[in-house]
Amino acid sequence: MKRREGLAKLTGREPYVDDLAVDGALWGMTVRSPAPRGRIREVRFGDGVDWSEVVVVDHRDLPGPNQVKHLTVDQPILAAAAVRHVHEPVVLLAHPSRRAARRAAAAVEVVVDPEPAVLDFRAPPRPEQVQHGDDNVFTRLTIAKGDVERALAAAAHVIEGVYETGAQEHVYLEPQGMVAWVDGDGVLVVQGSMQCPYYVVEALTHALGRGRDAVRVVQTATGGGFGGKEDFPSCVALHAALLAMKAGRPVKLVYERGEDMAATTKRHPSRVRHRTGVDAGGRLVAQHLEVTLDAGAYVTLSPVVLSRAIIHAAGPYRCDHVLIEGRAVLTNSVPYGAFRGFGAPQTHFANERHMDVVAHRLGLDPVELRRRNLLADGESTATGQVIRDGVDRAALLDQALELASFGERRAAHERFNREHPYLRRGLGVATVHHGAGFTGSGEVFLASEVEVAGLPDGRVEVLTASTEMGQGTTTVFTQVAAAHLGYEPDDVEIAQPDTSRVPNSGPTVASRTVMVVGRLIERAGDDLRRRLGLDGGARGAALKEAVAAWHRAHPGESLRGFARYEPPPGIRWDDATYRGDAYATFGWAAYVAEVEVDLRTFTPRVTDFVAVQDVGRIVNETLARGQVQGGVVQAIGWALLEECKLEGGAMVNNQLTDYIIPTSEDVPPVRVAFQETPYPYGGMGAKGLGELPMDAPAPAIANAVAAATGAAAWKIPLTPEHLMELMEDGDHARPG
Amino acid sequence: MPAQADAIEVFFELNGEPTTVSVPASDRLLDTLRYDLGLPGTKEGCGEGECGACTVYLDGLPVNSCLVPTYQVRGRRVATVESLDPAELDDLHAAGATQCGACTPGVAMTARWICEHPEVLARHTVRQLMAGNLCRCTGYDGIVDGIEATLAREGK
Amino acid sequence: MPVLTPESLEEACRLLAADPGAVPMAGGTDLLVHWPQNLDAHGRTYLDLSRLDELRPLRWTDDALVLGALTTYWDVIRDPRAGEEFPLLIAAGRQVGAVQIQARGTWAGNVVNASPAADGVPVLMAYDAVVELASAEGTEEVPLDAFYLGYKRMRRRGDQLVAAIRLPRRAYDVAIFEKVGSRRAQAIAKVGLALTRSAAGWRVVAASMAPTVCRCRALEKLLTDGAAVASPDDLLAAIRQDVKPIDDVRSTAAYRERVMARVLYHALLGKAESFG
Repeated sequence: MKRREGLAKLTGREPYVDDLAVDGALWGMTVRSPAPRGRIREVRFGDGVDWSEVVVVDHRDLPGPNQVKHLTVDQPILAAAAVRHVHEPVVLLAHPSRRAARRAAAAVEVVVDPEPAVLDFRAPPRPEQVQHGDDNVFTRLTIAKGDVERALAAAAHVIEGVYETGAQEHVYLEPQGMVAWVDGDGVLVVQGSMQCPYYVVEALTHALGRGRDAVRVVQTATGGGFGGKEDFPSCVALHAALLAMKAGRPVKLVYERGEDMAATTKRHPSRVRHRTGVDAGGRLVAQHLEVTLDAGAYVTLSPVVLSRAIIHAAGPYRCDHVLIEGRAVLTNSVPYGAFRGFGAPQTHFANERHMDVVAHRLGLDPVELRRRNLLADGESTATGQVIRDGVDRAALLDQALELASFGERRAAHERFNREHPYLRRGLGVATVHHGAGFTGSGEVFLASEVEVAGLPDGRVEVLTASTEMGQGTTTVFTQVAAAHLGYEPDDVEIAQPDTSRVPNSGPTVASRTVMVVGRLIERAGDDLRRRLGLDGGARGAALKEAVAAWHRAHPGESLRGFARYEPPPGIRWDDATYRGDAYATFGWAAYVAEVEVDLRTFTPRVTDFVAVQDVGRIVNETLARGQVQGGVVQAIGWALLEECKLEGGAMVNNQLTDYIIPTSEDVPPVRVAFQETPYPYGGMGAKGLGELPMDAPAPAIANAVAAATGAAAWKIPLTPEHLMELMEDGDHARPG
Repeated sequence: MPAQADAIEVFFELNGEPTTVSVPASDRLLDTLRYDLGLPGTKEGCGEGECGACTVYLDGLPVNSCLVPTYQVRGRRVATVESLDPAELDDLHAAGATQCGACTPGVAMTARWICEHPEVLARHTVRQLMAGNLCRCTGYDGIVDGIEATLAREGK
Repeated sequence: MPVLTPESLEEACRLLAADPGAVPMAGGTDLLVHWPQNLDAHGRTYLDLSRLDELRPLRWTDDALVLGALTTYWDVIRDPRAGEEFPLLIAAGRQVGAVQIQARGTWAGNVVNASPAADGVPVLMAYDAVVELASAEGTEEVPLDAFYLGYKRMRRRGDQLVAAIRLPRRAYDVAIFEKVGSRRAQAIAKVGLALTRSAAGWRVVAASMAPTVCRCRALEKLLTDGAAVASPDDLLAAIRQDVKPIDDVRSTAAYRERVMARVLYHALLGKAESFG
């Protein structure tokens, strides 16, 4: 089935928030802190602006707690007495003219008395830099299996390594934006670009002293999210709402690109230290990891990012003795947040790069090292989860190598590299896994709900809070419902996520949409049949007629099938000990990258890429392939091109000229293959897919560059400048 | 703040129709299309001529409308995504050229221009010609595949 | 924001003479970047050159290629004769931004934007381009390699407009353009190099290596003298005489210097007899 809203997007008719013409709307602007930490001494409103024409909002206008509700409430909506990061919002302005709003914003000066800021997450803070607890550590999490110290002591070889990944900016092509107004019934309506309408509802009700029924949040067409519109939209929505409430008129608040890049969340920077013990046969016997994430100035989602990071950190391998110690640390950087992969790309980079280092140290082929250690069914992960999904992980690796013509190309590269004056070619491999859905008891806690309504004409409407942001929600939900009920796709409506109409099916994150919410759609369809007194065999035209007949017999009433999340059987997770079944199921992948490095300019270029994965049954081949290709290219950017240059903890290369994402000329065609082992508890047998493609490309590329040049790559982005340092100057930059 | 004290009348051809608009001299063509002419199909992704989401045709060539002063289109021909024939976009649709859609209007414009002027492929590859349209979702394969399918179907 | 709209070059010069602070606007691809946020720019007066159709075409004379003030990169890329006689113009033009920028950006605009990282200027300079400046007082010709006085400073009075850029037609047996950017398209050069050799001698031009695009006289002398060069390091002494790269948001001085040596060395292997 072709993407359902595809033609609307291709002809420019799909309405994004900035496309909406809202009568009488004012334009909102945000005035922000210039300093990474300090006390606000004064806010000066300059000359040259007629302030009587400008709506001004600061923390004193808040009707309730000055808190943006995420996991905790430590982040203020607007800074009051103190600031904790550059670009922290302080004052909001609105004016009928966008130009005038900009001028007004430029005329406001926030005067901050600076305090000692902490900007390096690696070093312990000095006493005057402590702003949380006694050591700035927001969260500590530990995974322990067996006795790692004893196993390391007994190991034939112990190999150490330290790896770092940099921040990454989402660069969704549509910037953050919201429009807010209070309607004739006194309901606060907020429409805009977001992944999680109910997160926004919670933030609004928590802060504004309004009941659930006095708030209505509607997702408009969303031009990309990648996690960047998971939590941050709550801030934008609160700001737009506050301005609208004060102005008594609608307010549109749409970020400019430079502002969006500098002031919103990014991928957590990471540092991972490995101590790995292997036996004489190249088998992993001990893995000790220290994982540190830079959380930035507020908690946001860091505890969950850290959780996912450490759960994946030891890789898809068998090892009886594992100790993973994770910390998420406060710095006065712009707070970091969700980004596709959510901690796993960071730790997979470290682990998969380290696997090649281990192989090299042992004189083993990196492919062979992986073969010897990849989990087989019946074996357990670092948290003690026994894998039993029937996926042939070795076959994934085999297929990837075959599609990449690995052996043949590697031999050809060796000859090529000996002869060419300045080009070097190499291949790199990475094997990874990615847990689908929320961790542990997260899905139970979410208690997601879905409704499938039977309409008077016999068609059905699927009501969920899951959002379409390009990954294909609308199309796949149509397919799931149509397949389950035997309907034609045109007889299935997907409701716009409008919290006055749809139940809370949870956030659109964690690769859960098809697997978890899709499954709920199937069960809600079953419930619809039950309410009609029909059994599971009722499908197609007969079912459609039954729905229509019911409406004729019950005019004006509502016919709804309902489903609430139930966990698959046998899932056991202990939050206190971090042991058990971390995820209901995992996706698995083996990726191969081929690079060519130009030693004149130290520039690596990806010349071929093969991505093989098993994510259960593929519901829509074009959409699934598109997710993999897009994720791979986004990860290529993270690995080679995208560097967040920070000053005072904020991005100074906050424009697309200077923050380099791949163009069509920078990447090869991404060759994709799926092996399908259906997952019985996922919608149409699917597992989660959207984030897995971010996990393997960066280490595969770093491994390929190392193979091509001998450079001991340990950090990304592996820019030409950094590669030059590695190759010309040795490891001076590498921490001990 | 002064109102339209410096308004300029611009008479030009827009999507095949003669059009007049009165706008501040400091407006960009992108602003005029989106906010004064009711054509929000053209998108603003960066404001610096890097992403191409604002691509329109000016006298038949694809340009970034965020870098065109509206006053410069006087007497010229402008075409926006709203003028594209949906039937000609089918291969792009089928190949997965669009996901979130934010870059898509610009992509569609450049893609159609290539298909209307295949002679440029004598000296440029499709990927080179599409390098001015940044996409964060597709990884470009769906876009390139869609353009190649269109060229094949149109016999070019 | 006043906009002056001359209908002829002569009128443009008169208007500019009356208001030398007016900013000439050609394709807008430099001046309109981040325009809404650039509040100061909205208060200036602009001289709209876009209606001066006579300045658009490039033309050939017996001894020169003359680019008009409004000739775009795309105009040159599509000109078959330009591709044959001045291949570096095509090579550089194709690497400016992408199609959307090439369709609007002008060579003259690139010259007066005076960026040290310019893409068009190095190849023009390597072809010994001469800038024709017009004003109400008449015309003046300035060789491009004498046009820049310092960072963003040029030998152009406020009342002068670039009317044309003239490139002498010659036989070149070496024509090399190398742009080292952060990616393959839509990139600002970290190191730019344009080299030519003709009966008039070697021309070596560097971009992003100094406050202006500049000729590298020490390197030209090294090449003219036929000094033996066995490795990129042998070029460093001359490079350090000619340019002074810096650390900036895009790259580092150390990278630029080392990469310039390596790119130059490999480009000239097989072209300069004393290399290798």
